[in-house]
Amino acid sequence: MKDPAQQALDTAVARGATYADARVMDIRQRYLSTKNGQAGQVRDSHSLGIGIRVIVDGAWGFASTQDLSRPSIDAAAGRAVEIARASALCKKRDVRLAPEGKVVDHWEAACKVDPFTLPVSTCLDLLLKVDAELRKVKGVTLAEAAMDFRKIDQLFLSSEGSEIRQVKTQTGAGFVATSFNGNEIQRRSYPNSFGGQYQTRGYELVEELDLLGHAPEVAEQAVALHQCDQCPAGERDIILGSSQLGLQIHESIGHPIELDRVLGDEANFAGMSFLTLDKLGKLKYASDIVNVVADATVLHGPGLGTFAYDDEGVAAQCTPIIQNGLFVGYLSSRESAASIGQPRSSGAMRADGWNRIPLIRMTNVSLLPGKGTLEDLIADTDDGIYMETNRSWSIDDRRYNFQFGTEIGWEIKHGKKTRMLKNPSYGGITTEFWNSCDAICGREEWVLWGTPNCGKGQPMQTMGTGHGASPARFRKVKVGVAYQGN
Amino acid sequence: MILSRQFADELFSKVLKYSRAEETEASVTGTSYSLTRFANNTIHQNVSEEDVSLSVRAVAGQRTARASTNKLDEDSIREVCEAALALASLQPPNPDLLPMPGPQMYRAVDRYDGETAQLSPQARAETVRKVIQRAEKDGLTAAGVFSSGRSVNALYNSRGLAAFHEESVSEFSVTMLGETSSGWAKKTGPRYQLLGIDELADRAARKALQSRDPREVPPGKYAVILEPSAVMDLLGFLLLDFGGLSVYEKRSCFTGRVGEKVFGENIQIRDDVFHPFSSGAPFDGEGVPRQRVSLVENGVLRNLVYCRETAHKMGAQPTGHGFPLPNEYGEAPLNLVVEGGHASEEEMIRSTERGLLVTRFWYIREVDPYAKILTGMTRDGTFWIENGEVKYGVRNFRFNQSIIEMLNQVEMMSASERAAGEESIEMVVPKMKIREFNFSSLTRF
Repeated sequence: MKDPAQQALDTAVARGATYADARVMDIRQRYLSTKNGQAGQVRDSHSLGIGIRVIVDGAWGFASTQDLSRPSIDAAAGRAVEIARASALCKKRDVRLAPEGKVVDHWEAACKVDPFTLPVSTCLDLLLKVDAELRKVKGVTLAEAAMDFRKIDQLFLSSEGSEIRQVKTQTGAGFVATSFNGNEIQRRSYPNSFGGQYQTRGYELVEELDLLGHAPEVAEQAVALHQCDQCPAGERDIILGSSQLGLQIHESIGHPIELDRVLGDEANFAGMSFLTLDKLGKLKYASDIVNVVADATVLHGPGLGTFAYDDEGVAAQCTPIIQNGLFVGYLSSRESAASIGQPRSSGAMRADGWNRIPLIRMTNVSLLPGKGTLEDLIADTDDGIYMETNRSWSIDDRRYNFQFGTEIGWEIKHGKKTRMLKNPSYGGITTEFWNSCDAICGREEWVLWGTPNCGKGQPMQTMGTGHGASPARFRKVKVGVAYQGN
Repeated sequence: MILSRQFADELFSKVLKYSRAEETEASVTGTSYSLTRFANNTIHQNVSEEDVSLSVRAVAGQRTARASTNKLDEDSIREVCEAALALASLQPPNPDLLPMPGPQMYRAVDRYDGETAQLSPQARAETVRKVIQRAEKDGLTAAGVFSSGRSVNALYNSRGLAAFHEESVSEFSVTMLGETSSGWAKKTGPRYQLLGIDELADRAARKALQSRDPREVPPGKYAVILEPSAVMDLLGFLLLDFGGLSVYEKRSCFTGRVGEKVFGENIQIRDDVFHPFSSGAPFDGEGVPRQRVSLVENGVLRNLVYCRETAHKMGAQPTGHGFPLPNEYGEAPLNLVVEGGHASEEEMIRSTERGLLVTRFWYIREVDPYAKILTGMTRDGTFWIENGEVKYGVRNFRFNQSIIEMLNQVEMMSASERAAGEESIEMVVPKMKIREFNFSSLTRF
């Protein structure tokens, strides 16, 4: 890996780059799925290549290639320089980077059971057993289960002398039962929707999830949803399950704190943010009990946003985002940090492959735990709705107005979970919602969820992010909003 | 590396040499793509990518699996062939798996322009500079992309099938931002010269200027005029529902509705890869020739699309819309054409007593899979219409709307055009005036 990366740097600098970095990434993926008793997708993929990022004449250029031969590397480095010179035709000022020291390091994420060493038949056998359990329940019309493994081996070299090798293994697994009853489709997923749970770990994650043990109850709920009442419309207290709250954090805190959005870099596609610079240190984002961090360090846990260094070679950090309800921090890059006068990047630049530039991405943006169990919180709620497992999610391009739907809900009356509710949904305005949070469950309920499919950038990049959350209560939220008027 | 047909042919010869599978399929894809991105009236990201990858599908005893690599040396080719076969061998047999198709005949499509494929970064930067100057003339800030490149897709199998498709690609998208408003426009196509970049920049700027200081209109059900980008981003949520497997597995909103009148009398939808505004190869993921399929006629759901396996299960004929095997989704129409009407936007506006004009939608998601209720936001140019005139820009709305109901309330349509959005693939669709559309809440801008 080192030879092509060093050659790319040498060529770029020789051709006029005042800064250059090169990332060689070797990405191996295995995806296995089953559906209604048959293997679905069974595929392995392997992608190796180099991306070269340069500053020339005060402007950025980037080129990538899968061909690591010497002529190809020279051509790609030359192309990056040529592209940067073209960028300079439209620059308003020179790119400045917040300073960062030289780093030489090698880091490997913990992985107890390497999923690539397991026989594929072991994985498929488990998925097919889950599938069979799901289909035992009358009314389940579609059973789907999947595992997704990824090993990413990457080397980062910069013209400032950094040389960082990082290896990490990511694992995802989950299943979904679908039921069609003639006029309605209902689904239940475990442990989360849209692929299940994902972490930076090995197959040990799959073993801990106990997919098979949860299949019967999840399948029964999918069918039972047809018979239960529709989630009412109106203003109610709600308790969100931890995976749903994880996505709520992702959309209404994680994205708005990305400094490139704030500065307008994403205006054409992913959008901007309501968190303009004047709000830093002043906006009461949430109620006093809310504390949120963006933590990429290993200490936070094996999230999809856990690493040792970001893709600019900046060490992983724990950045306070909301302290006792006050907005105190952004996710930043070396360039964006410098542009707002901050001394250092928060270490959030991440690329989804060798052929993409790093962008400011969420690391593990997590709500810190409060106290008590979910049972305690339900017992403390007189009249409300508990909502679990995301079904739909949408938020405006500045991150004010959101709406979520969940797969299932239960009404809470006088401290007890009562009737099941179908098609739950809720919506609101970000800061009003977070300021209505009056209880957060404790560490024992806290789960570091993985969101594997966060899209951003042009060309689009798909990144995995982590979100720790325990169930929490929000007062007087608009519920049933998705079905009103339909 | 520039992927040529000869190079792809040679690669497949090597695959055949190394594969020990009963049947072997190989897909060779090549990308040469560059994108210039601008924001705050400056180029801030400017990237280029070259990649060639080989994907091998092996069949062993009614089992199939796929392995892919972008390392193209002899050892890697041998390894990918072995990996595909090993993966296939480790799974239970699939009684529905069909033998690979033999050689096919394809109708040619011309979607390649050498100038677009090789456009230089300087040429893209010069174009962006003009767009920025256009923005600055009116005190606006421009953000967007201008991309160009080439993609190649070659597909082979051991029964003698060989298919090759080369296409140039280009995209221009621009958001013009004012202090309190924004406007947007986007086009894509195989020839950058036909994108009309100056006109797109003008259109986005006009929208930003016309929607300055947006007013607040209460949420509710209003007549709405949807521009083509807004129409296509909604209809994209129907693509998988038109697939035969989706109906067979009862996950489609059309389950139990095939042959029924699902939309208004004035709705005609077909899939047509040969339409002059369409994109893509004239063959599907197994190399089956894509056919034109009439999906909806006078509002009646007449046909679905089928890959070979679904067609076999459902007693239908394959239509050439399958995804590469193995996959969970089966098939989908990827070149939707909605037959338009004759109304101009001006006529639609003149006929509207009270209503809204929507430029584009954002963050559309499915709320209900069978009623097909979608939610999302308006963005970058939403206007209030009163007494037949566009009056002013308004704050953005959230909507919750069944698109099945929406397509039963289409009052007027313009001629269809190739539309581009951000939530779906390109389609040929008209502007539509909808009698009543459910805007459920407001945001703050």
